[in-house]
Amino acid sequence: MSRNRLGRPPAYLLLPAGLAVALLLVPLASLVARAPFGSLLERLAAPEVLDALWLSLWTATAAMLASLVLGLPLAWLLARVEFPGRSLVRTLVTVPLVLPPVVAGVALLTAFGRTGVVGAPLRELGVTIPFTSTAVVIAHTFVALPFFVISVEGALRATSQDYDEVAAVLGARRGAIFRRVTVPLAAPGIAAGLVLGWARSLGEFGATITFAGNYPGVTQTMPLAVYTLLQEDLEAAVALSLVMLLVSVVVLALLRERWFGQAAR
Amino acid sequence: MSLLEARVRVRRSPQSLEVDLDADPGDVIAVIGPNGAGKSTLLRALAGLEPMHQGTVRYDGRAWDGPGAARPLTPQERGIGMVFQQHLLFPHLTALGNVAFGPRSRGARRRESEERARRWLTRLGVEDLADRRPRELSGGQAQRVAIARALATDPALLLLDEPLAALDVGVAMALRLELARHLADFGGIGVLVTHDALDTLTVANRVVVLDQGRVAQVGTPDEVAQRPQTEHVARLMGLNVLRGQGSGTAVALDSGGTLVTTTPFEGRVNACFSPAAVTLTLAEPTGSARNRWPGTVTSVVPHGAAVRVHLAGPAPLIADVTPGAAAELGLAPGRSVWAAVKATEVGVYGIAAPPAQAPLRSRYV
Amino acid sequence: MRPLRAGAAALAAALTLTLAGCGVGASGDDRTRLTVLAAASLTEPFDELAQEFEASHDGVDVVLGYDSSSTLAAQVVEGAPADVLATADARTMRIAEEAGATRGEPATFATNSLVVVVPAGNPADVDSFADLQRDDVTYVACAESAPCGTLARDLLDRNRVTARPRSLEVDVKAVLTKVELDEADAGLVYASDAVAAGDTVETLPVPHASEAPNSYLVAPVQQSAEPDLAAEWVELVLSDRGRQVLDDAGFGGPTP
Repeated sequence: MSRNRLGRPPAYLLLPAGLAVALLLVPLASLVARAPFGSLLERLAAPEVLDALWLSLWTATAAMLASLVLGLPLAWLLARVEFPGRSLVRTLVTVPLVLPPVVAGVALLTAFGRTGVVGAPLRELGVTIPFTSTAVVIAHTFVALPFFVISVEGALRATSQDYDEVAAVLGARRGAIFRRVTVPLAAPGIAAGLVLGWARSLGEFGATITFAGNYPGVTQTMPLAVYTLLQEDLEAAVALSLVMLLVSVVVLALLRERWFGQAAR
Repeated sequence: MSLLEARVRVRRSPQSLEVDLDADPGDVIAVIGPNGAGKSTLLRALAGLEPMHQGTVRYDGRAWDGPGAARPLTPQERGIGMVFQQHLLFPHLTALGNVAFGPRSRGARRRESEERARRWLTRLGVEDLADRRPRELSGGQAQRVAIARALATDPALLLLDEPLAALDVGVAMALRLELARHLADFGGIGVLVTHDALDTLTVANRVVVLDQGRVAQVGTPDEVAQRPQTEHVARLMGLNVLRGQGSGTAVALDSGGTLVTTTPFEGRVNACFSPAAVTLTLAEPTGSARNRWPGTVTSVVPHGAAVRVHLAGPAPLIADVTPGAAAELGLAPGRSVWAAVKATEVGVYGIAAPPAQAPLRSRYV
Repeated sequence: MRPLRAGAAALAAALTLTLAGCGVGASGDDRTRLTVLAAASLTEPFDELAQEFEASHDGVDVVLGYDSSSTLAAQVVEGAPADVLATADARTMRIAEEAGATRGEPATFATNSLVVVVPAGNPADVDSFADLQRDDVTYVACAESAPCGTLARDLLDRNRVTARPRSLEVDVKAVLTKVELDEADAGLVYASDAVAAGDTVETLPVPHASEAPNSYLVAPVQQSAEPDLAAEWVELVLSDRGRQVLDDAGFGGPTP
């Protein structure tokens, strides 16, 4: 360790850094302090809460898998294949990152709603998406996919293309290079992208409540349950938030090896 | 007609690459030249990794690129083997997996590929490392695996991009001899990019000297070593080469002064002599050596049993002296000395047309 | 209904966006500001009353902050520099009152009852409240954490409709949006929201709705910097003119 070998860090950097940590941690600590620990287990064991937790977990996982299936090929195309309009595509797929989630929800309604561009023909076939868990997964995928694509594209770009060339010289076709070289080498980045996307799904609120609605057991995910409870019973909302916080910490622990581990190297 | 006929034309900055290269089975061509001369680009163009804007590559009568090819063949279609300076073994595969990758990619079954890989690892003497990952291999071991990987696909053309440059001297020396043997057994065409005179002399039977994207000299290793046409090669070969205008046994040097030789020559001339032929003294020599220059020592490094001294002066010179002499003269950077060389030690040969005017062709027909 | 605690409400306020302009009692120039925090359903009539108030009070700007009643009550309890609080139910007003954040007795100035709205053209042919029971009808209502949700639940029970909503929206505007976008065949909203929605929806009555309306209460805020103006605003809301504007917006009288 080269601990302070270059001299003491200056106060004008230490102070804002400390404030940044305080800004991020004080609210979280207050949330924990405010938690109704006496009734915590009882509250969390309530069927509505368990429903919301289960729904959140499986829809986020489904969205993660959808991101993998759809997003990995897209990230690969963006990172490895030159085609006209590539930078435009890259910009467009990241738009949902800056879109207010509620607007994302409205956009999803105009596409997959009962009278939407895709939704109306689907309705003819007897399929309606809003107010279903499918809608939750679509909303989650919509917001998580850009995270995944950006993160994986970055990972692919960081992985040397030299190996792709070596594989080509050795006779591997493009698909085989993707499967046997590119993906294994970018695997840590892909895993990080999956975790990021999953975490994003788990915290998703605006698009879900707008597009999928809010009904316990069907479309009421943890954040929706927290928001609903917030209207009347803050302690219950805090209890649920604690669960979300716990899940975030676990996710970060999973990412630790990759992010903090690499930074320390 | 040669097995390989390549007219490589690649547009790149600052100068496009224009190299013609013909080769027959068993040929091992060393490509040397300064950084940026286009050596690696040449290999990449032959491999199909670098697009050519014109030119042709034909192998065994079949067009790989250029007229006669509907489209440039992809690297996969060319059947080449490549070895890189940084071995570029797939980090997620074992040594065996790396070597089996080629046969497997070319359609062999897993077992067959692995058996083949194991045979090649054995030939390279690293069969007991088969289950190791690249990060568990030393540089020399990794490069052996990389060579096995390149050869395991039975390539038509083996391209080696400074395969020994990243290795320790001792390791490189051992592997160099082996590489020469494998290339001899290989029987196909080898193209070896190198920075090392020893590679050139021990492994190759032909040398192509590149300078600024053009062929500056072509010949056997001996020819190029003894009569280098570029300063880069002269330095690579460890020779002093001075240019001038020959008139009888006197050469009027471009750097000023006159050099006396024992071989009469008229016109543009290279005068060369070995560093060992150079004697250094503190005072201006008064003996029989008529060729003498003042100079300032710029570096003093061990060179085998001798000490190699680089001098700055009217002409930059290399001198090899004994460690005893170096100590006695107090040789250190900044020291002013006199260098002298006997006329009998100086060889002369004509200068080829400068490369910038017309690209030379290396024809081995 | 679980009680909303004052401390909890404070955190609720912190978690919700603060209102633009509510942080300033008086503007930098010599104009006076009257900050009115009102339930979101009051948007249309209060906007109109604000214009009239400003017209009759030279140099006074009325700053209106609309949000859910519980959020506003929490803000007032936390000392938000407001002058008037108007809530959509008695429960939330009581929170402010019990915390000593209001001045004087809150006055009931309007009531609001639930109606059924269907998208324009009524695509699912919902003809009565009882049709919500039909399998092919998708309807939405408020979550029970919101006053409109408890009302809806009560009316569904009274009318023996056992079919559940497809979604429990957190506020009445979200219910309306779902109907306006034709994602739901019907929705339960306040009569005032149905009026505000205009032609985008059609309205059906709910049997027994007038028996259990929601009361709207208004009170000056204790920490008001303009107590006289605040009292005048309350007067305006309770006046005949105020009654008229609220009537036009679909609200019922203070006593049904």
